[in-house]
Amino acid sequence: MDIFIQQIINGLILGSIYALVALGYTMVYGIMGLINFAHGEVVMIGAMVALSVIKLLENSGLPVFLLLLFGLAAAALVCMAVGFTIERIAYRPLRRAPRLAPLITAIGVSIVLQNLAMLIWGRNYHAFPPILPTTSMTIFGATITSLQVAIVLIAALMMIGLMILINRTRLGRAMRATSENPSIAQLMGVNINQIISFTFVIGSALAAVAGLMVSANYSIAHYYMGFMLGLKAFTAAVLGGIGNIAGAMLGGILLGLIESLGAGYIGDLTGGFLGSHYQDIFAFFVLIGVLVFRPSGLIGEKVSERA
Amino acid sequence: MSYLRISSMTLAVAAAISLIGCGQKEEPKPAPAPAPVAAPVPPPKPEVTVRLGHVAPLTGPQAHLGKDNENGARMAIDELNAQGLEIGGAKVKFDLVAEDDQADPKQGTIVAQKLVDAKVNGVIGHLNSGTTIPASKIYFDAGIPQISGSATNPKYTQQGFTTAFRVMANDVQQGKVLGEFAAHQMGGKKIAIIDDRTAYGQGLADEFEKAILAAGGKIATREFTNDKATDFAAILTKIKSKKVDVVFYGGMDAQGGPMAKQMKSLGVKAKFLTGDGGCTPEFIKLAGEASEGQFCSLPGVPLDQMPGGKAFGDAFTAKYGQIQLYAPYVYDAVMVMVDSMKRANSVESAKFLPEIGKSDYQGVSAKVQFDDKGDLKGGAISMYQVKDGKWEYRETIGGSPAEMVKEAVKDAAAAVKDAAVATGEAAKDAVKGAAMEGAKAAADVAKGAADATKSAAEATKAAVEKK
Amino acid sequence: MMAQLPGLGQFRRDKSAAVIASIVMGIVLAALPFLIGSGLGNSWLRIVDFAMLYIMLALGLNIVVGFAGLLDLGYIAFYAVGAYLYALLASPQFGLHYPVWLIIPAGAALAGFFGALLGAPTLRLRGDYLAIVTLGFGEIVRIFLNNLNAPINITNGPQGISGIDPLHFGGVTLAKPISFLGFTIPSLHAYYYLFLGLALFIVFVTIRLENSRIGRAWVAIREDEIAAKACGINTRNIKLLAFTMGASFGGVAGGLFAGFQGFVSPESFNLMESIMVLCMVVLGGMGNIPGVILGGVMLTILPEIFRHGAGPVQLALFGKILLDPEALRMLLFGLALIVVMLYRPAGLWPSTTRRREFKGESTTDVLKEGE
Repeated sequence: MDIFIQQIINGLILGSIYALVALGYTMVYGIMGLINFAHGEVVMIGAMVALSVIKLLENSGLPVFLLLLFGLAAAALVCMAVGFTIERIAYRPLRRAPRLAPLITAIGVSIVLQNLAMLIWGRNYHAFPPILPTTSMTIFGATITSLQVAIVLIAALMMIGLMILINRTRLGRAMRATSENPSIAQLMGVNINQIISFTFVIGSALAAVAGLMVSANYSIAHYYMGFMLGLKAFTAAVLGGIGNIAGAMLGGILLGLIESLGAGYIGDLTGGFLGSHYQDIFAFFVLIGVLVFRPSGLIGEKVSERA
Repeated sequence: MSYLRISSMTLAVAAAISLIGCGQKEEPKPAPAPAPVAAPVPPPKPEVTVRLGHVAPLTGPQAHLGKDNENGARMAIDELNAQGLEIGGAKVKFDLVAEDDQADPKQGTIVAQKLVDAKVNGVIGHLNSGTTIPASKIYFDAGIPQISGSATNPKYTQQGFTTAFRVMANDVQQGKVLGEFAAHQMGGKKIAIIDDRTAYGQGLADEFEKAILAAGGKIATREFTNDKATDFAAILTKIKSKKVDVVFYGGMDAQGGPMAKQMKSLGVKAKFLTGDGGCTPEFIKLAGEASEGQFCSLPGVPLDQMPGGKAFGDAFTAKYGQIQLYAPYVYDAVMVMVDSMKRANSVESAKFLPEIGKSDYQGVSAKVQFDDKGDLKGGAISMYQVKDGKWEYRETIGGSPAEMVKEAVKDAAAAVKDAAVATGEAAKDAVKGAAMEGAKAAADVAKGAADATKSAAEATKAAVEKK
Repeated sequence: MMAQLPGLGQFRRDKSAAVIASIVMGIVLAALPFLIGSGLGNSWLRIVDFAMLYIMLALGLNIVVGFAGLLDLGYIAFYAVGAYLYALLASPQFGLHYPVWLIIPAGAALAGFFGALLGAPTLRLRGDYLAIVTLGFGEIVRIFLNNLNAPINITNGPQGISGIDPLHFGGVTLAKPISFLGFTIPSLHAYYYLFLGLALFIVFVTIRLENSRIGRAWVAIREDEIAAKACGINTRNIKLLAFTMGASFGGVAGGLFAGFQGFVSPESFNLMESIMVLCMVVLGGMGNIPGVILGGVMLTILPEIFRHGAGPVQLALFGKILLDPEALRMLLFGLALIVVMLYRPAGLWPSTTRRREFKGESTTDVLKEGE
C-alpha cells in the first residue's frame, strides 16, 4: 500500500511540474490561439539563469532562501525579456498570417534559443548546487522532500493566482476580452498589443519558476532540457483543455499520475508483457481516448464548429 | 561471448604465437621503420598533409560527449604534429576534419560522404552506433579505414567490412563483465535492471541480464526509461517494492546521476551499478552525495596505470577541461591509425589499412590489438567505485594478454584439468610455436615466452581466485 | 516522364513555351547528378538524393495539411512504417529477401492503412487537438518500433536493423556502379534517377489529385467543413482518404530510405523529423505543389550549406573561428525559419488562391483584425 501511495505522490510531483509549464502554454493559447512551441525553451533559459546565479552566489554566505529568491528573480527577469522579445519578433508580425506561420517561427525560435544556450552555457550538463536540504519526510510510508512539497504548493498557488488575475482584475478582464474578440476589445479601448505582450511576460515568468523548480528537483540543467518538458506540458495542456487555466493544472496532474502509475503497474497488469517502456504510449492512449470522447479536452471550452 | 567459441585449438595456438610475435615487434620499435623506407621509395615530397575525419554529434543532447571525442582526437593530432613525423620519406602534417552528425543516421551518411569526397585518409568515429553502422558502409565502399572510439554495438564490426575497427570493448564484452561483477563481487542475489532504450543502453542491459542469469542471479524486475528523462521516481518506487540488492543502469551519466540521487531520496537501499556511459565525473556531480559507494565500469585500464596515461589525462585537462568519457579512446584511435601508417610506411588508405588489423599498440586506455572482425581483443574492463566524491579504481577484469593466454590454456590443454599444469604446457607450446616461426632473435623469443608464461600464470591465478 | 512537368501550372500559359521549358527542365534534371557529382562532390549528390525523399514526404504531408487543412505532427510515422516494412522483408532479420517492386507498393499500402487508422478516431478533432493526437500517434509508432524486440524480437528494438538489401531490380543493384551499354552510372547517380522518377510520379499523382473531384473536396473541407458537408461531400471518407493518400507517399519514401541507407533504427523517426517535414510544407507554400517541392529542397540543403559555410566563412571574415561553427549552423537555420516566415508568411511560393486570400480577408481565426 505504501508503494501505491508513493506512486501517487510521485505522480503528483511530476504532474505539478508539468502543470507549471502547461500554465504558460495555456495562457498564451487562451489569448492568441497560438501554440507557443518555444515555451519549453524559455523554461530551459529560466533553469539555466537561476542555476548560474545561485552557483555564483553559492559561497557568499547568504541564506538558502535568499539564494533561491535571487536566482528566481534573475531568471524571471531574463525570461520575461526573452518572452517579450519572442512575441515582438516572431509572433506579432504574423497575427494576420496563415495559422501555421507562427508555428514555424516558434520552431525557429526554439532552435535559436537552444543553440544560443549551448553557446552560452556550453554542452555539458549542469548540476544544481547542493544548497537544499536533502532530508525527506515520511507520510503513510511514502517519502517526499520539502522541495517537492514546495513544488506542489507553488504550482497550486500559481494556478490560483492566475485565476484571480484573469477573473478578478481589470487586466484580466482586458485579457478575456482580447481572447473573446480582439477587434471588439480594441474598440472598447483595450490596448491589445499591450495585453498580448503582458500575457507573454507573465507566461515567461511562470516558465522561470518552473525552470528553477525542475532544475532544483532533479538537480540537473542542460540546454536541451526544454524540448521534452515542453512536449509533455503541451500534451498536459491539451488533455485538460488548452486555453483553460484549471484545465492545464488538471491535465498536468493527470498526466503525471498516468505516467507514474503506468510505469509502476503496467508491467504487473499485463503479466510482464508490457513494461515501463510503454509508459508514454499509455499516456498517449489515454490522451487519444479522452480527446475522442471529449474533442476539446477534459474541461476545455467547446470549439465552435467553424474552426 | 561468441568469439570464445570461434577460437578453436589452432586459433588459440595461433593467438599465442602472434602474442609472442607481437612481443618481438614491440621491442625494437624504430627498427621496422628504416627497412621498408629503403625499398619502395615514394617520390620525395617535402610535406604531405594527412586528413583525418572525425565525426560525432556536436549539437543536440549528446553534444557534450561529441565535443569530448573531438577534443581527444584534436589532442592526438596536435601531439603528432608537434612530433614532426616522417612517413614514407615525407614530413607529415595531420589535419583534423571535424564534422557533426547530430546523432542522426541520415546526417551520419551525409557527413561520411562528405569525408569521402574530401579524400580523408582515415576516419575516427562516429560516436553513436546508430550513425556508425550506416556510415561504415560508405567508408568501406571507399576503402577508407574507420576506427571508432565509442560505438559499442556488436553489429558494427559484424558486417564483414574490413575497414571497420573499434578501440573499445563492445556491449557483449562489457555486459558480461558487469554481470559477473554484480553477481560475485557485489553479492547481488536479486537484481533490478534499467535501461534507456537506446542502442547502447539496451544492448548493455541485455548482455548484463544474460550474465546475471548465467551466474545464477535473479532478475527481480526490468524497467525502462529514455535518454531524455529526468524523473525516475515511478520505476524506482517499483524497484523499491521488489527489495533488490543491486540496481543496474544501462545508459548515460545524465540519467544515471539523477537516478542515483532519486534512489537515495526514495530510500532504495540497493547498490547502484552502471556501465561506461555513467562512469564519468559528471555522474558524481549530478548524483551529489548519493553517488558515494556506487559502482561503474570502464573498458580498458585506468589512465594512471597506463604508460603515458597520466600525462595524457593531465595534458587533456589542462587544455580542454575535464575528460567527459571517450576522449582517451578516441585519442588512442587516432594514435593506432597513425601507428599503422608508420608501420606501413604510407599514408595511403589502401596501404596502411592491412596494418591496422595487425596493430599492437600501447594506448592510454588499453593495449590495442584487434581480432579478425576489428573488435578490440580481450577487452579488459576496469571497475570503479565512488569514494569521497571521486571514482576510485577497484580492479581490472579480463585484459588483453592475460585473457588470450587464458584461452590458449583452456583450449590447448582441454584434457588437463589442473590449471597449473596447463599453464606450463601452454607456455611450452608457445615457446615451441615461436621457435617454429623461425625466431629472428632468440632473446626476444625467450622474453616473449617468459611474458606469456607470466601472463598465463596470472590468468590462472585470476581464474583460481574466481573459483 | 518529363512530359508531366507542364502540369506544374506555371508553364501552362503558352503550350510551346511549356514544351520548351519542360525539355530544358528535363535536361537539367537528367544532367544534375553529373554536374553536382563532378562539381561539388558526392556528398552533395547524397544530399540531393535525400532532398528527393523529403520532397516525396513533403508532398504527402501537403495532401493532409495543405489540401485538406488537417494539422499532422506525426507524419514521420508513415515514413517509419514504410522503412521498417522494407527492412523486415529484405534483410537478414527474418532471412526474407523479397523483391523491391513488391515491397515498395506493400509499404505504401501498409502506410496508407496506418493513415486510415490514425484518421478514424480523429475525425471529430480540429486544429491543435488534432495536432497533439497525431503527434501522439507518431510517438506511439516510434516507441513500438523501439520496444518490439522483446518478448518476441520483431524490430530488433533500439539496435535497429542492419544489413538491409540495397534497392535492386533483378540482378541489378543500385549499391554498386551500374554498367549500361558501355556507360557506367555510379551508385549515387542511380539512386538519384530512381528517386527522381518516383518523386516525379508522386508529383504527377498529386497534380492529378489536386485537380480532381477529390482534390476540390479536400480544399472545400479545408475552407469550411460545414459548408462542404452541406454541399454533399462525404467529409468522413474524404478526410480519411487524405490521411491514407498522404501516408502512402510517406510509406514509399520510407521504403526507399531503408534501401538507400541499409540500416534503420527508431531514432531516424523522431518528432523533430515530423516537424521538419511540416516546416518544408509550410515554408515552401502550403497547398502549392511547386512551393512544397521548393520547401523540401531548401530545408534539406540549407543546413548543409551552413555546415560547409559556417567555419570557412568565419575564417575568411575574421581570420579565426569566433563562434562554434556547429552551434552557429543550427542558429542560422533557426533564424532562417523565422526570417522566411516573417517576410513570406504564406510561404516562399504560395498558391495563387492562398495569396489572394492573404491579401484580402485574413484566414486567421482568432485575431482576425489583430492590429
